[in-house]
Amino acid sequence: MSAYRVQDPRIHGIKTKIRVVPNFPKPGIMFQDITTLLLDPKAFKDTIDLFVERYKGKNISVVAGIEARGFIFGPPIALAIGAKFVPLRKPKKLPGEVIFEEYTLEYGKDRLEMHVGAVEPGERALVVDDLIATGGTLCAAMNLLERVGAEVVECACVIELPDLQGRKRLSGKPLYVLVEYH
Amino acid sequence: MFAAENGLRGDPRLEAISEAIRVVPHFPKQGIMFQDITTLLLDPKAFKDTVDIFVDRYRDMDISVVAGVEARGFMFGPSIALAIGAKFVPLSKPRKLPGKVISEAYELEYGTDCLEMHIGAVQPGERALVIDDLIATGGTFSAAIRLLERVGAEVVECACVIGLPEVKGQCRLNGKPIYILVEPRGIDNCC
Repeated sequence: MSAYRVQDPRIHGIKTKIRVVPNFPKPGIMFQDITTLLLDPKAFKDTIDLFVERYKGKNISVVAGIEARGFIFGPPIALAIGAKFVPLRKPKKLPGEVIFEEYTLEYGKDRLEMHVGAVEPGERALVVDDLIATGGTLCAAMNLLERVGAEVVECACVIELPDLQGRKRLSGKPLYVLVEYH
Repeated sequence: MFAAENGLRGDPRLEAISEAIRVVPHFPKQGIMFQDITTLLLDPKAFKDTVDIFVDRYRDMDISVVAGVEARGFMFGPSIALAIGAKFVPLSKPRKLPGKVISEAYELEYGTDCLEMHIGAVQPGERALVIDDLIATGGTFSAAIRLLERVGAEVVECACVIGLPEVKGQCRLNGKPIYILVEPRGIDNCC
């Protein structure tokens, strides 16, 4: 589900603040740049508020954010709902003992890592990133959390690219987005 | 300067913040006692206190820009920016930012690295804060200051959670004040 269908008046303001940068990182890709959203304190606050309103009081104890833009949205949500923030990172960034999950890229593979002990079995978790495209990274994130016994309640992103059908890779887990870009 | 010397001496929040930080020996290489803030982020109260201390300090300083250094500066900066009504500007590693950027090189122990900022993100005359999790040699913070000054902003202060011994006694970097919450933890506090 996405908030835009409910037509919350804040959504339009958020959508207009996202800048599209053509041909980045390579020709043919229309990159959704959220840094311009962060330059507008009201629109940025509205973005966080929309997520907080949805997740407050739902007994979520973990907000897991995907490096690096998930680190921008995840912590403010975690702080507002009283949850811990868990960074999910590229290889070799986290200093302690980690578990990792591999995922495929267009060419090759990458991996996502999480600290052992950060999340306990039975915790209710949210996964946050700025955008869902193919869903590969979100899927890896969900797998990490489920492997340690957490329950992924929902994946939350600012932007969805529905044409890439990322929703299908989430194994039926709910996805909540604020804006879609076709 | 350290928060304890600047109005927060004996503040119990600082002790809790310090204790929530984990030391990981020999990461990323032998001899380095890595100060791991991810354990601080696992403690909602201590994390909130960290942000609140910065917010209380900066809310009345007319700051319109919080610039956070990728990636751990992203974990603290946006919450501060939101609370004080400032914009958040990411300072990123090369080739991460999609739009037109300016770059500033800085020295590593071996070699150099680069910090980038979007052109147009910051206007001349804006008052800015730079935030990262930790300050060691000050190389990254210096590059951040130079980026902001090149576009005509005024860097009001550099803020970080942890300050390594190299900066102890130095309260300025490139002439800019540094504000640090805690000192690094020792080997007896490691995992």
